[in-house]
Amino acid sequence: MSEAQALDGAAQAQLTSFRRLWRDGLFAALSWGAAALVTIGLPDVVPWGSAGLFAAITGALAVLFVLLSPVVYRLGRAGEVMIHYGPWLVAIGVWLALWELSTAKFGWLPKPFFSPPHGLLNVYVADGTRLLICIGYTLRLWSLGFLSGVAVGYAIGVALGWSKRFSYWGMPFLKLIGPVPATAWIPCTFYFFPTTFGASVFIVALASGIPVAILTASGVGSVNRSFYDVGRILGADNRYLIRRVAIPASLPHVFVGLFMALYYSFAVLVVAEMLGAKYGLGWYIQFQTAYSGYANVYAALIIMAALCAGIVRLLFVVRDRLLRWQEGFI
Amino acid sequence: MPSVPLASRSPELVSSAIDVRAVSHQFSLSGSKLPVIDAIDFSVVPGEFVALLGPSGCGKSTLLRLIAGLELPSNGSILADGLPVIRPDPSRILVFQDPTLFPWTTVWKNVATGLEARGVLKQSHARVDAALSLVGLSEFAAAYPHQLSGGMAQRASLARALVNDPKLLLLDEPLGKLDSLTRLTLQAELVRLWQRNGFTAILVTHDVEEALLLSSRIVVLSERPARVKAEFKFGKPYPRHRDDPELVALRRRILDTLGLAT
Repeated sequence: MSEAQALDGAAQAQLTSFRRLWRDGLFAALSWGAAALVTIGLPDVVPWGSAGLFAAITGALAVLFVLLSPVVYRLGRAGEVMIHYGPWLVAIGVWLALWELSTAKFGWLPKPFFSPPHGLLNVYVADGTRLLICIGYTLRLWSLGFLSGVAVGYAIGVALGWSKRFSYWGMPFLKLIGPVPATAWIPCTFYFFPTTFGASVFIVALASGIPVAILTASGVGSVNRSFYDVGRILGADNRYLIRRVAIPASLPHVFVGLFMALYYSFAVLVVAEMLGAKYGLGWYIQFQTAYSGYANVYAALIIMAALCAGIVRLLFVVRDRLLRWQEGFI
Repeated sequence: MPSVPLASRSPELVSSAIDVRAVSHQFSLSGSKLPVIDAIDFSVVPGEFVALLGPSGCGKSTLLRLIAGLELPSNGSILADGLPVIRPDPSRILVFQDPTLFPWTTVWKNVATGLEARGVLKQSHARVDAALSLVGLSEFAAAYPHQLSGGMAQRASLARALVNDPKLLLLDEPLGKLDSLTRLTLQAELVRLWQRNGFTAILVTHDVEEALLLSSRIVVLSERPARVKAEFKFGKPYPRHRDDPELVALRRRILDTLGLAT
């Protein structure tokens, strides 16, 4: 292609991007607008509160989609992301409208077992401060438990995978303890830990430490023997072989363990926060369940799911950075 | 490149003498003993290039592992410059059939492994660069092993060996998995590196032609358990040509010894 043609093509592309409309954006505007109209136009069977605010937010987003639709093809990276998720945006609008109709507007799914979206929004509005404090408490418990559990589990895993003697004595314990749910240890932890917070941290640490230990051990144990031969021939001692061969070679396994640890640790959070906690999302969920505040339960669950997904995303970023060398293998 | 030795140095400084004395070795396989090497005797003088030739699975590779010190022989002894070989030492480096580069780090770091393991990397960055340029991989210093072709990976593995200035280079079918054109290039390269650095070289191969092109002496081993079946010494200058009538005749005699003559 000659330069003139290339320029011509680029100009053409420019022109089409001017003319093109983001059709999914317009459909999304319709569905979100419908959700807003349904929310504000029809009365609630039983009042939930924040209907006006919810309609305002969905309506504003509908207007935003309309405004974006002629320009989204010129927004570069952000535009591409929006185009990619266009169909999802349409579907979410439809989903919100149907959700409103079936719960608050027609009462097919009744209070208190189900909540319309603006009912959830109302929880965040009315109980926001308490939820924020709960998020803080949960993150503190989770990070202390997860980090200490992963650190100890990793060290134990390296030792188990490297040393035959350590594996001889340690592996049976790990195999025995591994399948026992972390929460089953609550009675002992109450005896061993002076504070209930310590006990909660321990439960979370146990849930995250065990998968990391098992996967690290199998990772270190399954390192290609000839890597060690190469190291020994080149004059490496055991310290070097562990640090520079065993540990990097087992990293892919370790990350599988970390992902498992992440899910397990979130799963036990709710139980761990039963142990005499005053705040925390798990505590909040139980407290609200006891009072049939199911909308509050759903609202807290959404926060937990979002936190977990966010941390998973973060771990993926770290993994992709550390395991870039694997590109040729996966 | 100050610290890369040159062939003009006296042979004792840059190369090892190897004595394999009545070495036998056996593996224990599920309780029973499997003899792989049976009373082998041979010596290699400093600076020599010896090829160990034998049918596959005859114990050649095991013999190299013993000489490298990765394993101890069941019987007999191996001496390097008069001292018994009891553990691996960076003066005797084994190059495997697979490049076995560490995939998690760059080519440069791979080549630097030996220096780093012995804690002398800080003062020898230039040696790593020199070793890489010696095998023509300077431009790939920052590449990861999975980005290299088979031949380039094996060159990197050679650089990783040579950066330690080995007095003995043990080559375990290092070109066995390469395509035939890359093989030819690397055969010439091996001779060049050997002539330049002056180390002793022991090459294990089952390719008669390769043994004839590279070595100055061929030790033919029997089927498992390996014994020395015959030795052929010849002093052809390099570069050798595969159509050289003398080599063709020798090739026929060696194949005869192996029971493969047509």
